Formats: sequence, C-alpha cells, structure tokens
Amino acid sequence: MSHPSPWVRALTLLGLVVVAAVEVGPYLWMVATSLKDLPSVTQFPPSLIPRPPRWDNYAKAWQSGPFLRYFVNNVVQTAAILVLQLGFACTAAYAFAKLRFRGRDLCFVIVMACLIVPPQVRFVPLYILFSHLGLVNTYAALVLPYAVSALGTFLIREAFMQISDDIVDAARVDGAGVFTVIFRLLVPMARPTIVAFSLFSVVYHWNDFFWPLVMTTTDAVRTLPVGVSMLREEGTGARWHIIMAGSMFVVAPVLAVFAVAQRHIVRAFTFTSLK
Amino acid sequence: MASRRARRDAWLGYALVGPSLALFGLVYLYPVAYSAYVSVFQWDLMTPKRYVGLANYRELWSPEFGEVLVNTACYSGGVVLLALALGLGLALLLNHRGAWSAALQACIFSSYIVSWVAVSLLWIWMLDPQYGLVTYGLRLVGLPAVNWLGSPAVALWTLVLVTVWKTLGYPMIIYLAGLQAIPGDFYEAAALDGATGWNRFRFITWPLLSPTTLFLVVTLTIASFQGFDIVKIMTGGGPITSTMIYVYYIYEQAFQYFRLGKASAAVVIFFGLILLLTLAQWLAFRKRVQYTT
Repeated sequence: MSHPSPWVRALTLLGLVVVAAVEVGPYLWMVATSLKDLPSVTQFPPSLIPRPPRWDNYAKAWQSGPFLRYFVNNVVQTAAILVLQLGFACTAAYAFAKLRFRGRDLCFVIVMACLIVPPQVRFVPLYILFSHLGLVNTYAALVLPYAVSALGTFLIREAFMQISDDIVDAARVDGAGVFTVIFRLLVPMARPTIVAFSLFSVVYHWNDFFWPLVMTTTDAVRTLPVGVSMLREEGTGARWHIIMAGSMFVVAPVLAVFAVAQRHIVRAFTFTSLK
Repeated sequence: MASRRARRDAWLGYALVGPSLALFGLVYLYPVAYSAYVSVFQWDLMTPKRYVGLANYRELWSPEFGEVLVNTACYSGGVVLLALALGLGLALLLNHRGAWSAALQACIFSSYIVSWVAVSLLWIWMLDPQYGLVTYGLRLVGLPAVNWLGSPAVALWTLVLVTVWKTLGYPMIIYLAGLQAIPGDFYEAAALDGATGWNRFRFITWPLLSPTTLFLVVTLTIASFQGFDIVKIMTGGGPITSTMIYVYYIYEQAFQYFRLGKASAAVVIFFGLILLLTLAQWLAFRKRVQYTT
C-alpha cells in the first residue's frame, strides 16, 4: 500500500505500544506478584520488581493444598479424554468416509446434531444421571461426557475423505486389518488434522473449570483449575503472592506448549472453528 | 464376490460407528430429552419428584429471570461489539510481515488459550481497590478510583472488559486470515484511482470482510452466551444480582437451591436460544457461500 504520513505511522506505533502494554503487562504483574513477599504485596504504591525474588512462594502454593493430586487428576483427565476422542473419532470417521452402509448419512447427521449441544446444556441432566449411577466424584464423570467429540469426528472424516480410496483398497487387498488401515495408514496421512484437533482438545480440557467444578466435591478427583480457584476462597486476606504462584501451575504448561508449537496452536483454533 | 464385500463393509461400518453413536446418544442427545422431561417436575434429587406441568416455566416468567436475560444480553452484546471492533483494529494494524508484528500477535492470542481461572484471579488482583495495579495507575494520572467489582452499576461491564481482554486474540486472528484473502490488486486499482486510506477501508476492506464479520458475530455471541467461569470466580453473580448471567443462573438453581426442575426448564430455554443462534449461523454461512461464488 502507499506511504502513510508520518503522523499516521507515529499514531499506529503508539497504538501498538499501548496494546502491547495492556496485553503483556498483566502477565508480567502476575509473575512479579508471584515472587513477592507479603509486605511488598500490600505495599502502596506497589513495587514493580520483587526484591529479592521469593521462589519459595511456588513451594508454598503447591503445599497449600493437595496440588500433586490436582495435577495428576488434570493430566489423567486431559489424556484420557484425548485418547478416547481420537480412538472413537478415527474409527467412526473411517466408516463415514470409506465404507458404504445403509443409514450411514443419517448416522452422520445425528453426530453433527451433537455439535450444537454445548456442555452448559448437558451438565444438569448428566449430573442427575451420574448421581443415580453413583459416578459423581469419579474420573468417569470427568471423562465420559467428553469421550466422543462431534467436532473431532467431523474434522477427521474430512481428512480421511481427502485420501484416495485406492490406497485403502490396496492395503485391504494385501490383507491389512481394519485397525491397521485406520491407525497405521490413514492416521499418519491425516496428521495435520489430527495434530490440530489434539492441541485444541488438550488445551480446552486442561483449562476446563466448569465441568470438574460441577462433577467433583472431593479433593480425590478435583483438577488443577478447581484447586487453583480454591486458593482464594481458603485464603486469609490478601495472599495474592500465593494465589498468583498457584495460577502459574495452570498457565505455565499451556504457555510452554504455545511457545513451542505456536503456529500449530493458532492453526488449531482457527481451523477447528472455521470448518 | 462384490456383494459379499459390500455386506462385510456394511457390518464393519455398523461395528465402527455403533460405539460412537451409542455414546453420542448417551452424553449428548439423552441429556437434551431428559432436561425437557425433568422440566415439568418439581425435584430436589432427595425426595421423589412431583409433576407440576408448566409451573417451572411460569415461574421463570418473572422479573428475576428477566434481569438474567438482560444481563446476559448486555454481557454478550458488549463482548461481541468490543471484541469485533478491537479485533478488526488490531488485525488492520498488524497485517504485515515482521518479527514485531508476529510477536505482538502471539502475545495477544496467548491469553485466548490461557485458563479462565487464572485470568479471572489475575484481574481480581489487578482491580483490587486497595493494592491493585489498575487502582494505582488511575491514581497516578489523577483519575478517581472505580469500584470495579463492588458496584452493581459497574461490575457487569468490568466482566465485559476482562472477557474482551482474554478473547480478543480470536477475532484478531480470524480477521487477519480474512484480510490476507483479499487480493492485492483491489488496493492497487484503488490507489491508481487515488482512493484515500479511509475510502479503501470503506469500499474494499469492510465489504470484503463482511462474511468474516458475520461469522464472528454469531460464534462470539454463542461463546459469550455460555460464559460462566469468570462470573463464578470474579463476582459470584453479585453485587446483588448485577452479574447473574444465564449459565450461572442455571448453576445456582441446580447446585445451590437444588431446584432441578426449574434449572432444567432454564436449560431447555437456553438450548432453544442456542438453536436459534445456530440457525442464524447456518443462514449466514449460506450467504457467505453465495457471496464468494
């Protein structure tokens, strides 16, 4: 485009500096607070840099509740959901994309209908169901409602449809079993879609607060976001250095993955929503 | 031979789709039907449920629920308008290659994928009336202190601002993708005609982005409609009921008052609204297809 005037450029630059400060500033403040001691947290005007940095805040936050338990639960929940979603989505997507059978399209429409049922519609009836079955406060209550993903089934079906039928037929003629065809042949070829969907699923369920909050009332199955949210409720007054340190337990892994796989994550979130 | 293979394929198809379909039925479709069923009962889960007809729906027809709807509309409307305007502005500013632009995009997008719990806690602390950084900043430039979360007139708009801060990266990224799809020839032709920057935006960028805008309006509306975490952590629906938005209302009816019939009636209405929005999205998408072909 043509050359903008120096005024426009200066204003643009100023705007960007403001945006950067507003976006990045709070994060830096979070880190700074997490390294302060109590007197400097409640100091006004606030000090911007913690001196000396109190790394033991992280240990204190970790010990202020069963955080190892929360962490393990979070990992188990996120991983179990991902494995089940991929397993169900890949096998169903193969049938939808590569096999002919009566009622196939109707089945697919039913799956797509599930796309418009958000968790906020499902939590009350599923809570009632799980409480009848004695499943509240179990991993099953956390994982089962998300074991199948309509979005995942849809995206992986699209990716499988891009792959030529000839390749599948050749493998079947060679005597490859159905699971070999799906997981050894098609899945590697659909890798970009699978990676994008997996990142989307992992980030979503790692952060998820709503579902574990509703389905758990004991520490044995609580996850990190719920545990971190309770740091404030249990706190006596302004323990903000501890709360901010605790928040980092949820935030840091996501930001670390983002730093490594930024391009993939941005693609995952735009791609999964634009389809 | 061919028919034997066809028959085998059919069986295989049912075997592969069956388990998924059963689970979808159990955790997606059954809940919708069961909510409709429970919505005509009075039930606290402890005592036997009692059939009450449409009484739960009549009970929702109240000023209390009206306020919930107004709060939800204000929250969603505020989030959608601000996120769209700022997202578009940022996309226009950052629509060029370069390390700074990429780094800033990454920073803005990162808060979109960070936990709501962490963001909500961070902003309670930022807005702390005594020691918060924002409080300090306002005092530094001589502005009066704002009771961000304690004032019924302000709290909902505070939640709107924090939500926009967190989710801005999404419309920005989608708009950037939209901008990059506009052919450069259009701008070159316009430059030859002597079009100013504003006119280029008004007559090329904005109309060509309209499918993107339409898509974002619907997706952001649906997403903000489902807002819950930020209310649960930052305000608990208060002060008074000024930040009571829809999903938090359902949660409270179900898990604090154990009025599962009334909560289910609210769920049914909520699902109806989501269906309407989805229909709007579908129509918008059809329009987009027509537009590009």
